[in-house]
Amino acid sequence: MRREAGGIAVVMETGAKIDRRQWLAGAVAVSGAAVLGTTKSFAADSTVSLPFANGDRPLVQYPGKRPMIRLTARPPQLETPFEVFNEGAFTPNDAFFVRYHLAGLPTFIDPDTYKIAVGGKVATPLSLSLGDLKTGFEPVELVAVNQCSGNSRGFVTPRVGGGQLGNGAMGNARWKGVKLSDVLNKAGVAAGAVQVKFDGLDSPVLPGTPDFAKALDIDHALDGEVMIAYEMNGEDLPFLNGYPVRLVVPGYYGTYWMKHLSEITVLDSVYDGFWMSTAYRVPDNDCHCVDPGTKPQKTVPIGKFDVRSFMTNLRDGQTVRSGRVALKGIAFDGGAGISEVLVSADGGESWSPAALGPDLGKYSFREWTASVHLKPGARALAVRAVNRLNQTQPDKALWNPSGYMRNGVETLTVNAA
Amino acid sequence: MRNALRLGLLAALLSAVSAHASPVGIDLPQPEQTLKPGPGVEIASNDCRTCHSLDYIQTQPPHMGAAFWNAEVTKMIKTYGAPIPDPDAKAIADYLAQTY
Repeated sequence: MRREAGGIAVVMETGAKIDRRQWLAGAVAVSGAAVLGTTKSFAADSTVSLPFANGDRPLVQYPGKRPMIRLTARPPQLETPFEVFNEGAFTPNDAFFVRYHLAGLPTFIDPDTYKIAVGGKVATPLSLSLGDLKTGFEPVELVAVNQCSGNSRGFVTPRVGGGQLGNGAMGNARWKGVKLSDVLNKAGVAAGAVQVKFDGLDSPVLPGTPDFAKALDIDHALDGEVMIAYEMNGEDLPFLNGYPVRLVVPGYYGTYWMKHLSEITVLDSVYDGFWMSTAYRVPDNDCHCVDPGTKPQKTVPIGKFDVRSFMTNLRDGQTVRSGRVALKGIAFDGGAGISEVLVSADGGESWSPAALGPDLGKYSFREWTASVHLKPGARALAVRAVNRLNQTQPDKALWNPSGYMRNGVETLTVNAA
Repeated sequence: MRNALRLGLLAALLSAVSAHASPVGIDLPQPEQTLKPGPGVEIASNDCRTCHSLDYIQTQPPHMGAAFWNAEVTKMIKTYGAPIPDPDAKAIADYLAQTY
């Protein structure tokens, strides 16, 4: 059997890292034997069963990461074990989800020679080193959630193709970097600019595969919030999260958060590359949904997060003591900010308010706590968040053909004894 | 005083620039993966893993059917430029529809 990670100490002690009782909604069963050392394959030794058909996944440790739920190996797609979200408002760098599109990702980066090219419709094209970024512009910090467009796709019913993720393709971090607007203004955006295109160091295997590139409207790119980030939670970005710099697009789905950012191009037309014009599109209506099994007549590029909330301290099927039961979790949206979180102990018949934790910014996870009284028996616990625009979550998740933007009210059932 | 300030600034600049001086590499796990046996498994395995690991197939929802797998194989050829001749494309789609 081939070694899984050359030179990386592979430690998979199921008992040590994963306490069954701490496993929460979304990540159910963990099984397998401990394997120590670096010489044996461990891919099949620990698995997680995500609670949908064909949801068994290996739990694998990658460089710079703790054991993560592996969706795919090449290119790597790793999901955060759900119990991590109970640790606090910030998702640790070593647990932050990983999503690549193309197998030609960089495996070696020299920060001394790394350059970001800024060009296209600008007065002065730039070639910025990391030093230029860190010393030539005012540093800014922002706490923001990144979430994959297809987070939770495995729960979509009827099922759709694509990456079959549980709820772990999201994370919250404190990003430090420079404003994209400062960089663009230094280059001097020409009159008539329409969009800005972003490219990173990853590349396709075959010449016929469209390179992964994304674009934002010029007003969005210049809004002062979109950031070129070189730090994440006070450290360099982990390699697999886009080292040494990635785009941070607060409130927007992760598809725009270009990793290993290498090219910024100002365009005088709408970028029509495959990853904008064909992929990552949602129905062009208010709910971004269609009747299950049908196709939308018109689509638009995916945009801002919808409202979501999760209970993190209990898992589906768990037994708890009847009486007062403490609940805790997280909520977030696309940047209006969470105004209210409600919990239900009767499957959504009646709701009571949760207490909100510290406000870390409108793009951050907002922690919440509540307590409910549970009589003995099976109890369906639900959570619903509302944002400052009075937007909330649908009782039942909506559907679109790509399985994007899932945000129905999350419910889990506990046995009160 | 002025020289000291300059020196301090230079030191700060140097430390800011040199903080990330060493190149960073990553060694990605490449696990062995095999598709379920069945007619066409060799063509499917060889062609599909040109661009991606086989878990892209293995993790799809079960029993998605012939229309789904035909569309997937067509997408790989037409959208992603996979150089798969028609007879092989049909063999791969049939294999996937029957096996996954």
